[in-house]
Amino acid sequence: MRRFGPFQIEPTPSPAKGWMLVVSLAAVLCAFVAAAAIFWAFGINPLKAYTVIFVGTLTDRRATPEILRQTIPLLLCGVGLVVAFRAQFWNIGAEGQLLAGAVGGTAVALFVPLPAPWHLVTMFLAGCAAGILWGLLPAFLRIKLDVNDVITTLMMNYIALFFVEWLVHGPWKGQTARGFAYTDTFPATAWLALVPGTRIHWATLALGLGLAFSLAFFLARTRLGFEIRVLGENPRAARYAGIDPLKTIVVAMVVSAGAAGLAGVGEVAGIHHKLLAPEQISLGYGYAAIIVAWLARGSPLAAVLTALFLGLIFSSGDVMKVALQMPFRVTDVFNGLILFFLIGSERLLYYQVRWVSAKTGRSGGR
Amino acid sequence: MMEYVLDTVIRAVAVGTPLLWAGLGEIYAERAGVVNLGVEGMMILGAFSAFVIAHTTGNPALGLVVAGGVGGTAALLHAFVAVTLRANQYVSGLALAMLGVGLTGVLGRGWEGIPLLATLPEISALTYVSIVVAAGLWFVLYHTRVGIVIRSAGESPAAADALGVNVYLVRYLSVAFGGVLAGVAGGFLSVAYRPSWTEGMTGGAGWIAIAIAIFAGWNPLKAIWGAFLFGALYYLSFRLQTWVPPELLRMMPFAFTILVLAATAGSRRGEGAPEALGLPYVSGQR
Amino acid sequence: MTLALHHITKTFPGVVANHEVTLDVQAGEVHALLGENGAGKTTLMSALYGIHQPDSGEIRLDGRAVRIRSPRDAIALGIGMVPQHFLLVRRHSVAENIALGLTDGPFFFPARAIESRIIDYASRYGLGVDPRAHIWQLSPSEQQRVEIVRALIRGARILILDEPTSVLTPQETRGLFEIIRRMKEDGCAVIFISHKLDEVTAIADRVTVLRRGRVVATLPAAGTDKRALARMMVGRDVEFRLRKEPRLPEADGLEIDRLVARNGRGLPALRGISLSVHRGEIVGIAGVAGNGQRELVEVVTGLRAAASGRIRVLDRDTTRLSARAVHEAGVAHIPEDRMHVGIVPTMSVAENLVLKRYRYPPFAHGPIMDRAAIDRFARQMIAEYEIATPGTATPIRLLSGGNIQRLILGRELSAHPTVIVAAHPTSGLDVSATEHIHTLLLRRRQEGAAILLVSEDLDELLALSDRIAVLFAGEIAGVVPAAEADHERLGLMMAGQRR
Repeated sequence: MRRFGPFQIEPTPSPAKGWMLVVSLAAVLCAFVAAAAIFWAFGINPLKAYTVIFVGTLTDRRATPEILRQTIPLLLCGVGLVVAFRAQFWNIGAEGQLLAGAVGGTAVALFVPLPAPWHLVTMFLAGCAAGILWGLLPAFLRIKLDVNDVITTLMMNYIALFFVEWLVHGPWKGQTARGFAYTDTFPATAWLALVPGTRIHWATLALGLGLAFSLAFFLARTRLGFEIRVLGENPRAARYAGIDPLKTIVVAMVVSAGAAGLAGVGEVAGIHHKLLAPEQISLGYGYAAIIVAWLARGSPLAAVLTALFLGLIFSSGDVMKVALQMPFRVTDVFNGLILFFLIGSERLLYYQVRWVSAKTGRSGGR
Repeated sequence: MMEYVLDTVIRAVAVGTPLLWAGLGEIYAERAGVVNLGVEGMMILGAFSAFVIAHTTGNPALGLVVAGGVGGTAALLHAFVAVTLRANQYVSGLALAMLGVGLTGVLGRGWEGIPLLATLPEISALTYVSIVVAAGLWFVLYHTRVGIVIRSAGESPAAADALGVNVYLVRYLSVAFGGVLAGVAGGFLSVAYRPSWTEGMTGGAGWIAIAIAIFAGWNPLKAIWGAFLFGALYYLSFRLQTWVPPELLRMMPFAFTILVLAATAGSRRGEGAPEALGLPYVSGQR
Repeated sequence: MTLALHHITKTFPGVVANHEVTLDVQAGEVHALLGENGAGKTTLMSALYGIHQPDSGEIRLDGRAVRIRSPRDAIALGIGMVPQHFLLVRRHSVAENIALGLTDGPFFFPARAIESRIIDYASRYGLGVDPRAHIWQLSPSEQQRVEIVRALIRGARILILDEPTSVLTPQETRGLFEIIRRMKEDGCAVIFISHKLDEVTAIADRVTVLRRGRVVATLPAAGTDKRALARMMVGRDVEFRLRKEPRLPEADGLEIDRLVARNGRGLPALRGISLSVHRGEIVGIAGVAGNGQRELVEVVTGLRAAASGRIRVLDRDTTRLSARAVHEAGVAHIPEDRMHVGIVPTMSVAENLVLKRYRYPPFAHGPIMDRAAIDRFARQMIAEYEIATPGTATPIRLLSGGNIQRLILGRELSAHPTVIVAAHPTSGLDVSATEHIHTLLLRRRQEGAAILLVSEDLDELLALSDRIAVLFAGEIAGVVPAAEADHERLGLMMAGQRR
């Protein structure tokens, strides 16, 4: 506890929502300032750069819809991770689960011919299941052997990456053009409809929004959601209350991995219409979803907003490539900085500033 | 046939050298109790800075030195967040990895395709040095005073604290050391192994280095053969392309790591992870 | 050599841990610190060992004032500590543990270099220690010896032993005393923290009794009346007793039969406890913290597995049931740590009130929870249990300790349990909240609940209990009707004197 005049800084076990918002915004702001420094090192006027980014992305009629398009996988993955993080299941494997979902969807698309719309429905189901399957091993190892879930989910990402590469260069290889390898194009029944003039596959977007609302309801109103919240906030109290931690971890995994799998199907069925090299299917959505979930501070509905924000960053990457001759990689710079400052500012969350009246010596409350 | 095997071994060792360096660095950081997932970022920052220095000064060795400095500095950022701020180490490392890759991608744009004239030979000196260094680090870790201090900081920081060890300092230094080695490892790539700069040229080597640390049971000697094994797998993935799908070979290191983690889970005796790994420590905690 | 502590005072937020504590220790003396939990013994020794700084007061070594800012300073002055919970690296060898932090050893092969010194010290004091053994291979007694050797090798001439016999068998205790005697003869000073009278009188030259942060007295240990010591240890405050209506207890509500259990470190905590609590009766559990009370509560409420023995609630065997099943069998648990176990601080008052019953109707219909029903229930509880809160949706962390406890009681008692296990229910609460809690418990007693009350407040136990059982070293030292008990008698049992 420290006193600065009439203000007292003291630790608090749980922060007020307003404070969380302030700290989050401050972190994002710091990230943008740091990024500005990098622009400056690259010889670009930061103010000019930011104007181009925001104005360019938000006003250009071709660029603005891209924000929504990039938001779709971020939303799906992010919303699932919100639940996983709430249950203290650190699923860093959304990237791999997304790829697994893409594989599952592709399998159905190419090898299980069905009439529309059942084809797409089955693809989504298969992708969801594939994602869950991908998350099964890390969850199992965590439950049974208490193996660290961060490392195992991370490793699974790379296994998924190489698995997709193998499929695309090997057994599922379709045409090869210009040195890239990909599968055959999906039949028409496996194409997701797009909003005309854009690349927004609205069905997946609807899925994402639906998931956000359902998970918000799930967390707030169902028994299982209650258990997840208790377990995440206070594992000892959860034990005392008779909540089974194993079951909650499984639920957390299923929700987050399944959502990521759905995102994978969305990408292959909506954007690419085939399975291709992993770094083209996912531009790092699984990792950026960590930011989406972290910024959302545990609220699936807030994840809609944070996903849009990250979608803005991703789509501005294209704008920056064209307008400022910056490589697309610059989005990684933003993402990395935002995440870093978010993590660095965590400690601030758990302090609060109270105005203490000099006369009474104690403000209201306890 | 013999030539074939010999050739493979040599190539494996060449590929494995940077992996070994980065892996050794990660072992030291984790032995002190801090997980550094930012190795990929530190490696690529090292690769880029080494290339730039080597090109502008014509001195590749200087490039390596600077690479180490850059890697170490980045690691200090991580140490600050992990040790002083006691925040989530895993995600902080991830953030730095993202940042490093992105940053070098942005800053390195004008440097692609430039040939490097002043290079270091791939094998010979560097590789032998790396084996000697690994052996030396093993010795320091297990048979010197410093080593006991580092290992205790990772196993039981409370015990070390009560005996007057400055756990914070030990962790800072170990993480920084890990970063230096990662930077140097990256420098190898751009100055010796593949003298050039391309965006993303570390290609996931940093993640393999983390895998090596685990696979080797946090033992620098075992890291030698772990690094060369993984290097061999990488090389063989190209060499055996016509018989074995290369991707399957390339995913082996990651699969092996999961296996090792599962096999050594909960082991308090020999090989498991340092007990306090990943857990922030507050001085005076009992 | 003389070590003197002058007027040491240390306060933590809300509690005075040490107040003007003055005592001295001479070379060749075994000086015992006797006191209950919270008496300030460990705080005092932590100041001596440099773990924290006293607010005021002085430490003098041989007449010279010294400042001990960290364990390093303490070690440099020749002060060593063997903590109650050993600070050893399990994976490392004895030699590596002892070599840790030694700055005067060689840089290379420090463990090997120190082996001969270890064997030296070991034989000098009769400590059989193998330098190459790894800690996880050693028994608690052997580990303790490693701690002792570690302190001695660093040149400790003043050794602090914090509750050293809590992990030892009687034989091992005798062995430890032998070692202490040899150290004494060698001119070392030993500070022996304990709450066990037998040991204090057996090994100590002088004993200082601490209570509530103050020194009660310092006396020669031999020949002192144990009853006097016990009385000093637990004190005889003004005893206020609530009017308790006599009630004839009925049949057994809770039956504990030869319960054996281990604690979190794998050491024996309960060594065969047998006890019955009748319906309509309050049985108080007295004892210094660490003698098995926590494990008893955990086993009875299903949070810890018993190694052997049986627990029956009414006629049902609940020994192997999960915490949830035990709760469903009619056992309420008011936990010791209300903030970290009893509630979820970020959740609302209403949600905390259904923390255990959220899965049943009317609070849940199938998988969906009924917010309106939960809210209604919350309002009812707030009124009935006089919980002061702005509303049902208020985050519970904003409530005062007393109101949080009222909420916990409301939650647990509203389920009309047969058995109530209350662990330190009024610790940290003000007088009015305490009285309210007492009233609630007595009312339930009247209504026929079987209540197991664990408390460190003897006044509370005497006021509320019908019978009082004293736990010592995992066994019941004795059970007395409350009407026949007083502080002295209980204090004796708490310090190991059987009835």
